[in-house]
Amino acid sequence: MSRTHKAYVRPLDLRQGRIDMTHGSGGRATAQLIEELFVRRLGNAYLGQGNDAAVLPMPPGRLVMSTDAHVVSPLFFPGGDIGCLAVHGTINDLAVVGATPLYLAASFVLEEGFPLSDLARIVESMAAAASAAGVPVVTGDTKVVEKGSGDGVYITTTGVGVVTEGDEWSGDRARPADRIIVSGSIGEHGMAIMAQRENLGFAAAIASDTAALHGLIAAMRASGAAIRVLRDPTRGGVATTLNEIACQSGVGMMLQESALPVRPEVAAACEFLGLDPLYVANEGKVVAIVAPEDAERLLAAMRAHPLGRQAAVIGSVHQDAHSFVQMTTAFGGRRIVDWLTGEQLPRIC
Amino acid sequence: MRFIDEFRDGELASGLAAAIRRVVRRDREYRFMEFCGGHTHTISRYGLSDLLPHQVRMIHGPGCPVCVLPIGRIDMAIRLVRDAGVMLCSYGDPMRVPASGGLSLLKAKAGPGRASGSDIRMIYSAADALLVARQNPQRQVVLLAIGFETTTPPTALVIKQAQALGLGNFSVLCCHVLTPPAIASILDSPEVRQGGSVGIDGLVGPAHVSTIIGTQPYEFVAEQYRKPVVVAGFEPLDVMQAILMLIEQVNAGRALVENQFSRAVTREGNRKAQNLMAEVFELRRSFAWRGLGDLPFSALRIRREFAEFDAERRFAIRYEAVADHPACECGAILRGVKRPSQCRLFASVCTPENPVGSCMVSSEGACAAHYSFGRFADLERVS
Amino acid sequence: MCLALPCRIVELRPDDRALVELDGVGKEISLALVDDAAVGDYVIVHVGYALSRLDPEEAAKTLALFAELGEAARQERDADPAGR
Ligand code: SF4
Repeated sequence: MSRTHKAYVRPLDLRQGRIDMTHGSGGRATAQLIEELFVRRLGNAYLGQGNDAAVLPMPPGRLVMSTDAHVVSPLFFPGGDIGCLAVHGTINDLAVVGATPLYLAASFVLEEGFPLSDLARIVESMAAAASAAGVPVVTGDTKVVEKGSGDGVYITTTGVGVVTEGDEWSGDRARPADRIIVSGSIGEHGMAIMAQRENLGFAAAIASDTAALHGLIAAMRASGAAIRVLRDPTRGGVATTLNEIACQSGVGMMLQESALPVRPEVAAACEFLGLDPLYVANEGKVVAIVAPEDAERLLAAMRAHPLGRQAAVIGSVHQDAHSFVQMTTAFGGRRIVDWLTGEQLPRIC
Repeated sequence: MRFIDEFRDGELASGLAAAIRRVVRRDREYRFMEFCGGHTHTISRYGLSDLLPHQVRMIHGPGCPVCVLPIGRIDMAIRLVRDAGVMLCSYGDPMRVPASGGLSLLKAKAGPGRASGSDIRMIYSAADALLVARQNPQRQVVLLAIGFETTTPPTALVIKQAQALGLGNFSVLCCHVLTPPAIASILDSPEVRQGGSVGIDGLVGPAHVSTIIGTQPYEFVAEQYRKPVVVAGFEPLDVMQAILMLIEQVNAGRALVENQFSRAVTREGNRKAQNLMAEVFELRRSFAWRGLGDLPFSALRIRREFAEFDAERRFAIRYEAVADHPACECGAILRGVKRPSQCRLFASVCTPENPVGSCMVSSEGACAAHYSFGRFADLERVS
Repeated sequence: MCLALPCRIVELRPDDRALVELDGVGKEISLALVDDAAVGDYVIVHVGYALSRLDPEEAAKTLALFAELGEAARQERDADPAGR
């Protein structure tokens, strides 16, 4: 990647500069962008090889792979930005099937005119997230699209991990009497994003919960509890995740509304917009289905980890051919917690 | 949340439920209509039916502004964007409502033609629409104004503000409707008039609409139709108390307008808001309600003095009626004659993802509420 | 329904506007539809407008009534444990 000759090229202007079409042309400008902006921040031995693909050592076990395209508006929000989100999201997708995440690949679609300073911030945040998680970005790509055809930056991350044969979790293993645990308060990522949207005009101290969960999940595995299913309740929130599991496993679920951890600001912001925190996205939470006799042990292990302090049992699994997820409301009644219909839009009525 | 959480207390609820069980007579059924979608939502969201004795049956009324908005009105909004090239500002609620030709505002936003992402904007407040107009002086900006008396005064305010500012690029597609005429239409329908098996024994009156209009406009229901009305707040304890008050009135053979929501509603309502509405709007001779049909003097239009802010006049655009699916039972459901599960399209052809009729459109519609919160009860009954 | 919430006024601003708060969430709204609202008052807010002022005394009365009704029902049940 060191094909640019420092003597002839002016360094990237990270203060005033903007992405232009030449940054995606594959020529010298592309090489310079990659070297000065990406490699310098994300740097590691594999990325530094500068080849079209990274050649990596591989520990024993079964290979696990996942990919996720990240689009988020606004790009920067309280608690994070698209950069760390792209790292956490893919690591979490690997971790919830039981894998140890090893490597990430990242590809960027940049919109012409995007400020280089913002891009540098995003890449720095990615680098920090990757190094904190111990999962390097080993290869990448960038393309530039014309102004108006993109939303600043889109980032796709692909992750590779390994899992010992037989240790993987899948969504079809929930059984009647199992307990449902969530690792902490729900709805924070979605509401943090919503509160930033220009026209909603909220002032709320709600930060995204974006975090890499493989550490917490490793601690959960180490507890020895019989975990049946693990999922990260991102888009569509806890309600959608539980409906997926209920369908895959062919069981019903009963939640206790009073047991759901929801921060007061999130509850209040949801009231304002007519939304239900059960359907709001999380980026640093995990939902676990566990054998009833192991629920306490798992809960203790989760609470001992910084990302699981607020972990709580929120319900249990039962037999139900219709795979309904229901909830006993804090009020004493019952209702269905259904699949999300369409996108959650703020309501006035 | 003060003034909210106290009204959702589970323990008080069981006390109220006991009080309801105590007064309910075993030898009769009580059929109450909650007019407002807000009450429907509360009943399903908190599972109130589980706390009520089986003698009490709640009928979900037409009080959801999105549900009663006829397809032809959404078509008008889409035509304004596509043919007249305006920038349309809409609340989030109507965005998903199906229009003609498989469209909706969301789909029109995504689809081909002149509409691009920026031409249909979702807003949270009427004031936002005014702001969009001021920020885009080169564009015509139209506010799709929906809602009952609650949402109407803010629309009146922005029209007056636009006039004061001399904004030449702002107008309103007025779809505001009125609550009392819709109540009258339901009570006037032959099935309900006959009473007997499909009668309505009383009404839970709207909460937030009544903060504006007061309780007085419901007095005709008590006087002319001899039905009790209890105006109630939207929290679950409010609804339970209202039901208790209605049962007591029915048992005593009384028909009065009572106010359970006295913390926010008076008999007179908000005079300032009423005057503002009267200044800017006048009655339409007739207006089409989805599910209920054309109702006389049931909606508002912008007065001639503010004609330049009336999108219907400015763009010379006309309403064209679009028929609902013939098998849709919304009309009967809204009058309490049928239940959602008695419609043969329910949960098969007609689902929240793919609503056929008005009752499935918003989560507060009778069919949608039953679909997403209550259909397990049906299944339990048959299985 | 018309989604509206009781919020506390924390600051009056020019042009009939005010900052309201609900459990740590702040929002600027318009007071143009209500008269004489003051800091500390609770108002019912819908689409960014205060519709009416909330009367705390009436709210307290309603809550007291809930409790009373429940209590009466409970006493009756205790007096007649077999139920009816
Ligand atoms: S289920 Fe659909 S088609 Fe049937 S009455 Fe309800 S809204 Fe109309």
